[in-house]
Amino acid sequence: MSSGRFIAVDGADTAAFAMKQIDPDVVAAYPITPQTEIVMKFSEYVANGEVKTRYVTVESEHSAMSACVAAAAAGARAMTATAANGLALMWEILYIAASYRLPIIMGVANRALSGPINIHGDHSDAMGARDSGWVQLYSENNQEVYDNYIMALKIAEHKDVMLPVMVNQDGFITSHSVENVEPLTDEQVRDYIGKKPAHFKGLLTYGKPVTIGPLDLQDYYFEHKMQQHTAMQKVLPVIKEVQEDYFKKFNRKYEIIEKYKADDAEMVIVGMNSVMGTVKDLVDELREKGVKIGAIKPRVFRPFPKNEIADILKNFKAVAILDRADSFGSFAPLYAETLAAMYKFEKRPYIRSYIHGLGGRDTTMELLGTVANDLIKMKDSGEGHLSEAYLGVR
Amino acid sequence: MKEQKKSWNELPIGGSILEAGNSKNYFTGTWRTFKPVHNAKLCINCYFCWMHCPDDSIVIENGKVTGMDLDHCKGCGVCAEVCPKKAITMEKEEK
Repeated sequence: MSSGRFIAVDGADTAAFAMKQIDPDVVAAYPITPQTEIVMKFSEYVANGEVKTRYVTVESEHSAMSACVAAAAAGARAMTATAANGLALMWEILYIAASYRLPIIMGVANRALSGPINIHGDHSDAMGARDSGWVQLYSENNQEVYDNYIMALKIAEHKDVMLPVMVNQDGFITSHSVENVEPLTDEQVRDYIGKKPAHFKGLLTYGKPVTIGPLDLQDYYFEHKMQQHTAMQKVLPVIKEVQEDYFKKFNRKYEIIEKYKADDAEMVIVGMNSVMGTVKDLVDELREKGVKIGAIKPRVFRPFPKNEIADILKNFKAVAILDRADSFGSFAPLYAETLAAMYKFEKRPYIRSYIHGLGGRDTTMELLGTVANDLIKMKDSGEGHLSEAYLGVR
Repeated sequence: MKEQKKSWNELPIGGSILEAGNSKNYFTGTWRTFKPVHNAKLCINCYFCWMHCPDDSIVIENGKVTGMDLDHCKGCGVCAEVCPKKAITMEKEEK
């Protein structure tokens, strides 16, 4: 059952609130806009004695992630948060966290990477980290931020997974927008996440010395990468299991890929995070006019739900893929991976790439309306199929 | 000296080493190009070689140097270098 209690919070405070309820053993973080409010709010909880967390102030994100690695290696529940250049500064440690199989939870208030310097929301930070071995969850709104945080812990610490999880929300657009959020009660969260599972032991098991992070050369490195690959293969079934359990316990339904008015749709717009709220409004508006359009929202980008997305998209006539990040000289990330996933079918929908909202530019109803118009044209004529557009650029 | 290497699903996750002292099971002797040869007749058991060996490969039994642990000696030659009596010589490995 849900708590039935609502709080008005922005996305950053939502993240901090979820962290408070999780009450991790260690939080090590460095402030960076638009993530600052997450760790600022959380440090307030620490100062007020509302959590038992050991809060480690560090001099950089590189150290924040290093401290989390050390804490998790010692067997602590460790959390952090960052954005953009902060995430970039963590880069090498991201890979280390994933390869040592440490279930760290990190919130990312997605922000454009410099340069030129920009503090607003796009996915260039998280997309750059997509091969680091972290699970990536995406959140359309504050409620989803909250529920993703709570579920992230269950996913990360699952015995088949033991991988770090990144919970993404759009910088400013989500992190600084106040919405109604219905949190669980502290007790519900405590019962749900439970104690650290027995398989998550860490270094500090007395009488049983362990070495974490030894040199791993040609004769073993490949095998350990295979272990990471295999763990990632198990993540989607675990997410499904966690989401179903969450639904049973709290009556909140989440799926790996959300389908919105897509059952009888001829065309769909696919995208992640906050833009999908606007897309749903557009879908509602166009449905009123009898246009058979829907929305598809992957909540997970790593591991990429390739079979799930391909099976959903195969029956539509025209598909638009929205990416809030570019991959200069190649295809945009969500577009590229969706194309690859669709290759297994002989009959495929017309599909087009849209790069949008870089540097936090608003992706408005009007702009998305042009995407819908393109889809209407493309579904019959194929015009624009496999082309790449930059939505709203001058 | 043959090692049986485990496959990915038999190894501890993340490259962790779950027991202490397991470097014994890693035969660094396979890296060697020159091997130390100990001449007991010249040796005065001063233990200079034992003190300097970076791989703990000088074998001492009943207070006397009796030879080298060739499973782990990497053939660096420090022992031969520090021996005041030239009781250790480096000879090319024949493989």
